[in-house]
Amino acid sequence: MFGNIDLARLIFGRFTLDAIPYYDPILVTTFLVVAMAGGALLYAITKYRLWGYLWSEWFTTVDHKKIGIMYMILAIVMLLRGFADAIMMRLQQAIAFNGSEGYLPAHHYDQVFTAHGVIMIFFVAMPMITGIMNYVVPLQIGARDVSFPFLNNFSFWMTTAGAVIIMMSLFVGEFARTGWLAFPPLSGAEYSPGVGVDYYIWGLQIAGVGTLLSGVNLLVTIIKMRAPGMTMMKIPVFTWTSLCTNVLIVASFPVLTAVLALLSLDRYVGTNFFTNDLGGNSMMYFNLIWIWGHPEVYILILPAFGVFSEVTSTFSGKRLFGYTSMVYATVVITILAYLVWLHHFFTMGNGASVNSFFGITTMIISIPTGAKIFNWLFTMYRGRIRFELPMMWTIAFIVTFTIGGMTGVLLAVPPVDFTVHNSLFLVAHFHNVIIGGVLFGMFAAINFWFPKAFGFRLDPFWGKVSFWFWVGGFYVAFMPLYVLGLMGVTRRLREFDDPSLQIWFVIAACGAAMIAVGIAAFLIQIFQSIRNREALADVTGDPWNGRTLEWATSSPPPEYNFAFTPIVHDLDAYADMKARGMQRPMKGFKPIHMPKNTGAGIILAGLSVVFGFAMIWYIWWLAIVSFIALIGTAIAHTFNYDRGYTIPADKVSATESAYAAAISQRG
Amino acid sequence: MLGFWIYLMSDCLIFAVLFATYGVLSGNYAAGPGPHDLFELPLVALNTTMLLLSSITYGFAMIGMQHDRQKQVMVWLAITGLFGLAFLGIEIYEFAHLIMEGATPQRSGFLSAFFTLVGTHGLHVTFGLIWLVVLLVQIQQRGLIADNRRRLMCLSMFWHFLDVVWIGVFTFVYLLGVLR
Amino acid sequence: MSTGSHAGDAGDTSTHHGHEGHGATQYVHDEGGAAHGTLKGYLTGFVLSVVLTAIPFWLVMARPIESATTTAMIVIVFAVTQIVVHMIYFLHMDSRSEGGWTVMALIFTVVLVGITVSGSLWVMYHLNTNMMPMNMMEMPEGGAMESTGTEPDAGQSGGAMPGMDHGAHGG
Repeated sequence: MFGNIDLARLIFGRFTLDAIPYYDPILVTTFLVVAMAGGALLYAITKYRLWGYLWSEWFTTVDHKKIGIMYMILAIVMLLRGFADAIMMRLQQAIAFNGSEGYLPAHHYDQVFTAHGVIMIFFVAMPMITGIMNYVVPLQIGARDVSFPFLNNFSFWMTTAGAVIIMMSLFVGEFARTGWLAFPPLSGAEYSPGVGVDYYIWGLQIAGVGTLLSGVNLLVTIIKMRAPGMTMMKIPVFTWTSLCTNVLIVASFPVLTAVLALLSLDRYVGTNFFTNDLGGNSMMYFNLIWIWGHPEVYILILPAFGVFSEVTSTFSGKRLFGYTSMVYATVVITILAYLVWLHHFFTMGNGASVNSFFGITTMIISIPTGAKIFNWLFTMYRGRIRFELPMMWTIAFIVTFTIGGMTGVLLAVPPVDFTVHNSLFLVAHFHNVIIGGVLFGMFAAINFWFPKAFGFRLDPFWGKVSFWFWVGGFYVAFMPLYVLGLMGVTRRLREFDDPSLQIWFVIAACGAAMIAVGIAAFLIQIFQSIRNREALADVTGDPWNGRTLEWATSSPPPEYNFAFTPIVHDLDAYADMKARGMQRPMKGFKPIHMPKNTGAGIILAGLSVVFGFAMIWYIWWLAIVSFIALIGTAIAHTFNYDRGYTIPADKVSATESAYAAAISQRG
Repeated sequence: MLGFWIYLMSDCLIFAVLFATYGVLSGNYAAGPGPHDLFELPLVALNTTMLLLSSITYGFAMIGMQHDRQKQVMVWLAITGLFGLAFLGIEIYEFAHLIMEGATPQRSGFLSAFFTLVGTHGLHVTFGLIWLVVLLVQIQQRGLIADNRRRLMCLSMFWHFLDVVWIGVFTFVYLLGVLR
Repeated sequence: MSTGSHAGDAGDTSTHHGHEGHGATQYVHDEGGAAHGTLKGYLTGFVLSVVLTAIPFWLVMARPIESATTTAMIVIVFAVTQIVVHMIYFLHMDSRSEGGWTVMALIFTVVLVGITVSGSLWVMYHLNTNMMPMNMMEMPEGGAMESTGTEPDAGQSGGAMPGMDHGAHGG
């Protein structure tokens, strides 16, 4: 009898059938829906014989454009999951009054708010900015791909592997109930003995590998692969912000990796880094994780700033006002990002000198950010503004972000922070900057670069529906939270005693419903655009009268991006070329050397999922086997020296002539 | 090359976190043993010697590479590997000794931080050794082709980088630990 | 290549030789710019680092200098010097390699390591001072007080350091 139990533990670790939450109606329903939709998708792929195509054209691709698109798809799928969590929370808080406990039990509600934060930051915002950077940066600098094309594929799959692990926790076991940063001692072995925090740790560690490597990759790409003539002060602003973002990624994600590794040592080995006794110090975790956490905020927002800069100057039909100051502001923000982390825990008890230092550095950050806002406004001033969707998102951003920025400066004042720390005021503030900044920026980017990626524009009508519901919904959902926060309501509460608060939560829930319509409209916009792709087609490759090099290619660009490496003479290189009456060369093409596709990335990521799963459930044999397999596969990959192939010159010539013919046909 | 260098810089930050954690926790003995009771400087000196020797032998391998002498590269690489192995062996001996004395990583915050910092460095050396062996096979198979040269240079940076980290370890952990 | 071959997009093929090699295939050749070591350089570095290692070990093991604080300072100075020696002779750092980007990355990293380490020690030291009841400091577990003592981070965080004599705060 005993032998049986031990054998089961040996084979399955701590995994038992009880780990499947079949008793929870909400999760069972979700599972059925996911299973049916997933089954339908798999069936469709099989029926139309798409597996081979997906494998050879997408899963194994090293083309930065396709990888960028896959990042975006990952982000949009995860957005749906993260938003489902959001609307569940809003509903719970709107009805849990007057003795009602709402519909979510405490252990479920706690998982929901943790998952919402983790997913929205790591698996929506991060893949979205990485996807956009991946797609746009090599095109903007006139390169054929990134520096390390295989690593790019590998990074993407590691990010996806992290997302898979997080999603697994929905139906197998549970997720962390600790809040999105998993502070110990709550997240320690003593208070969170289950698998939730382990899912959190391994999901983030595996995705973190992908993030770090893509950071290194893009950084080197921007430094070393710029077209001739593109000196540092001729780099497009989006690429500049990407450069700074990747500097931040490379310099801050190791901190997250290290601090999570220490937490897992506490949980797995029984060390005493963040425990309550034997000399542990849980405050060190707060300190370390915010050393990563604050730069992370700028990792997200800087590319969005870049997008707004490109959009503003394109749709105002003039150069960006104050390019130099924009660049310096970005660099200053990058450095200051490392000097403000303590403002996340002013109330921890650091005393006046420390708190004032970090309060002041935090306020200083608003200066370069404010300079950027003025630069955008002055770019628009006396410009011929076209109110296309990207521009609309930009204007919504300027207004919304300014409000969020000002509440941020309020929070930067330590005495004020003492009164609103951990309140809904804070929740409203960071949603204000992340939705109003990052998310609006990403919608601007999607509407702006979609024609480049797919060869047709996005449907403007549904885009506008989506825009108005998103922006309106945002204000309706989050302004009440400012009010509630100022009244002293803390975050992450599941039920309330004071009935006078309910109306604000109901309003906020209505706002969430509006955002739901906005998301639905966005999806309809994409489907509608695919249906009308003929009418919306972009033949010239330059639908917006663009200013930077990506618009010099066809839409979508050929796999090699540029038949000839462009030579840059001026900022806004493509606008400069158009002004000089540039002609496309039609002959003299040369063979182009490109990297080969490889399945190593997806295989390594798959093994990482197995490894993570085994570690989470204490299935030690599987962990060892998959780890050895990981190392073995990685080593085997290094024995593959033949990683490139050549596109013959006549094929390049044919592609380029077809593009030229298409343009001249349109006139 | 630049890419690998940037990766090393990010690795630097991992060590920065571990050093900072050690700095914060290094006095938290929890009534357990402290550096005075545990560290044996002659052993650390021996260990340091191993690592220093492995650095110079790797340097000889690099010089061999510059002169296109495959044999020389491989011999010096192998010697480097042996020194690295000796370093690891001594470190494992030290750890085992500490654990047998009851100074386990679980014993106190100080010991958790000590084992993690020194152990992480040791783990890096281990990966360096695996890499070195793989590279030996690859040079054997294909000779000093451009790809292999680049890999040799990357491993060189990695190896010397670990040396630099070790300077921090023996100074701040061992020497200053014994001084307190 | 008839018309306007000088203008941007129509880049002259001869001008992008470097790019063709890098192109999407960075891995093919990428040694350019990395400095090479010489036998003399390696040997100089080795001798220097042996000396710079031996002296601090001797200082601590034989204790020719009575004061722990002074010894610690000297040991740290030796460590920093040795790190610089390794950077120059073994890692071949110079401001020209990779167009200066390696050195740039190094400086940035050193700054961040400084911020991370000294900032953490500063923050945690203040926290411990503020949050630790006075009588707790006398207890062995109160060792948190002394914790910042061993990690002076190359002297960057002077103000935050309680100094090497760990009894100072304990009582």
